[in-house]
Amino acid sequence: MSAHEEERLAALLRELTPAPAGWVRAAQELPAARAAMDALVERAMASERCRRQVLSGLEEALAQAGVVPDRRSVTELRARLAERREEG
Amino acid sequence: MRYAEKTDGELVASCRAGEGAAWAELVERFSRYVYAVAVGVYRLDTHDAEDVFQEVFARTYEHLDRLRDDAAIRPWIGQLARRLCIDRLRMATREQVRDPIDAPDVEAELERLEEALDVREALAGLPEHCRTVLDRFFTRDESYRTIAAALGIPAGTVASRISRCLGRLREALDGSGKGASSSRER
Repeated sequence: MSAHEEERLAALLRELTPAPAGWVRAAQELPAARAAMDALVERAMASERCRRQVLSGLEEALAQAGVVPDRRSVTELRARLAERREEG
Repeated sequence: MRYAEKTDGELVASCRAGEGAAWAELVERFSRYVYAVAVGVYRLDTHDAEDVFQEVFARTYEHLDRLRDDAAIRPWIGQLARRLCIDRLRMATREQVRDPIDAPDVEAELERLEEALDVREALAGLPEHCRTVLDRFFTRDESYRTIAAALGIPAGTVASRISRCLGRLREALDGSGKGASSSRER
């Protein structure tokens, strides 16, 4: 392999640096987080009291369900609860 | 078979079958590419880039059952990543910006990333010692000394291993018909 080819391959290898580990981990845990979120929404919709309780402490409810309570998951939970209420 | 050795189509089928390790590999396989599109090509800030990154994988997960061609997951993810980045840029400027995907420099950068992804795929098929040394040296920017200490081998061996493994990578690319040349036809 010529030096030119070697340099070109090396440059292409350098193009794709690792994404931040936390981002990758969050994306990899998506299926588990989705399942936990689904279960949490179902529990919350069991009664108006449960729904209000979850709404009053979204972050705590998420954490208890095993979902990292970040901006994205809190927004999603709030939206899903509102959506289910409109449906119901 | 290791998930890393599966083709894109096989990997998607495994994800659809609910194999958690397959999904983890799919994210691993495309994470660098999506990150490079968001940060390297479209220059999104960290906050927007993270949102796009998570949105790409969330939508991919939701669409697994609806893909028309499992093997086409790569262009599907590529298009989605670009579209979401453009949406972010538009939201940020609150005006209709010209589609940056049409700009020649963006097009060239995206093409280069596609080529880099071919190289990553070929790298995944190499033996562990080659994958490790090439990844540490080229993408994690570690020195010979750091790699030597981590792997417990002399620094001189690191240099020769890099050279030998680059040769194997070249062969793998030639064998796959995806040789990394500047005039590669797509």
